Amino acid sequence: MKSLLDDQVRKSRVPARLDWWQSATGLLLGLFMWTHLLLVSSILISKDAMLYVTRLLEGSTNPSEEGGHPILVSGAAIAIFVLFVVHAGLAMRKFPANWKQWRTMRSHMKMMKHGETSQWWVQAVTGFIMFFLGSAHLIIIASNADKIGPGLSSDRFWSWGLWPLYLILLLAVEVHGAIGLYRLVIKWGIFDGKDPRATRRRLKKIKTGLTIFFITLGLLSFAAYVKIGMERAENGQVGQRYGSEGGEDH
Amino acid sequence: MTTNGQPKGRTLVFNILRFNPQEKGDKPRMVRYEVEEAPGMTIFIALNHIREQMEPSLQFDFVCRAGICGSCGMVINGRPDLACRTLTTKFPEGEITLMPLPAFELIGDLSVNTGEFMRSVAERVESWIHSEEAKAPDLDVLEERMDPDTADAIYELDRCIECGCCISACGTLRMREKFLGARGFMSVARFMADPRDDRTDADWYEVIGDDDGVFGCMTLLGCEDTCPKDLPHQAKIAYLRRRMVKA
Repeated sequence: MKSLLDDQVRKSRVPARLDWWQSATGLLLGLFMWTHLLLVSSILISKDAMLYVTRLLEGSTNPSEEGGHPILVSGAAIAIFVLFVVHAGLAMRKFPANWKQWRTMRSHMKMMKHGETSQWWVQAVTGFIMFFLGSAHLIIIASNADKIGPGLSSDRFWSWGLWPLYLILLLAVEVHGAIGLYRLVIKWGIFDGKDPRATRRRLKKIKTGLTIFFITLGLLSFAAYVKIGMERAENGQVGQRYGSEGGEDH
Repeated sequence: MTTNGQPKGRTLVFNILRFNPQEKGDKPRMVRYEVEEAPGMTIFIALNHIREQMEPSLQFDFVCRAGICGSCGMVINGRPDLACRTLTTKFPEGEITLMPLPAFELIGDLSVNTGEFMRSVAERVESWIHSEEAKAPDLDVLEERMDPDTADAIYELDRCIECGCCISACGTLRMREKFLGARGFMSVARFMADPRDDRTDADWYEVIGDDDGVFGCMTLLGCEDTCPKDLPHQAKIAYLRRRMVKA
């Protein structure tokens, strides 16, 4: 039997697990966000392409036709929400615990003018923003999984008035995700190889490139959804499924 | 032109934090000094010039003047570095601000007490060989030969001069004073690499297996980017993290 004395003598393994889980949840969320953006950007190909992707993710056996199970999307959104809350909870351990720590870190950043040190602040601010906006987005999607498609999703952007939320969320997520994944790779020395410093230089370039790529892709997709949403509002089609004049979103 | 035929150097402006905590009523203030730049001038040379010609009470530390003793660490235009290894030509604008290293006890002006901190790190890490043999060494027996690559790996990490730059550059340590810092991690990695040391990963976990140790590191890389001896902080802290998560 484990005695109380064992805990006092032997250091807890919990900090190791918490650190590992912070990275693991961050990795999953970061990769998910890139995949998510690639999928929603299908709107840039065509409305039908986005509809095809939607049906595919709803588990439709024939995405070219109606069908699918939106409950799968709800389930995925809830799973992501759980990961998101766990990651936020673990990452918050690194936030300043009091005013003195906050002030010290701010003055240290100003003194150093050092990329990675300042990025810590960017991570804390974008993480804080995401905690509210990301939660709102995930709850909306989990409870409206049957209303995803080129038409109804565009309505959410424009007629529901959620475009500011998506715009801020897009920028926060892409910046936070790229910095986070870069830091994660360095933190565990995943691609260190023979010359970890050269790896870091390469990773910095990749990080910048991916940030620019995904923000551009995100802004273009954002503009596409807003444009469709505006057109649908003008034509009195708000709330109607895409193609309901000759078909359905699902 | 000067009297010796050399072209006249730039006029450098030094803004130096002056404060003597031993002097009652003294308050921290920035004082401006102007120094004519000479060929090959380092911050250390300029400071000596200021002390000899303008301000005899100016306090700063030095011993070796060659980046070996680690005494002249200070914050130079926002970044911790060694005064003796920093050329004034590095600053094309000619204005240089000098502050004492934060995170250490201030002795006066640019002089800080790194010794007490470094000693506490050495005691925390127990930076000496732990083995049965080391407890009662037989001085008549030759030490076992060491593989040259292992010796090199140990030496690489033993090059630390305890200047304190990594400590002052560490955002984590500035925020959380109990954090071990890069100096301590290098010491752990050094003794881990030493085949004469019997400590296991479980033993090391007791030293660095918490948020004051390796799991507290936020990978801000201030240590990596300011270490005057280019020690492999980034790679070794990642290595320790990987090892400790399995310990």
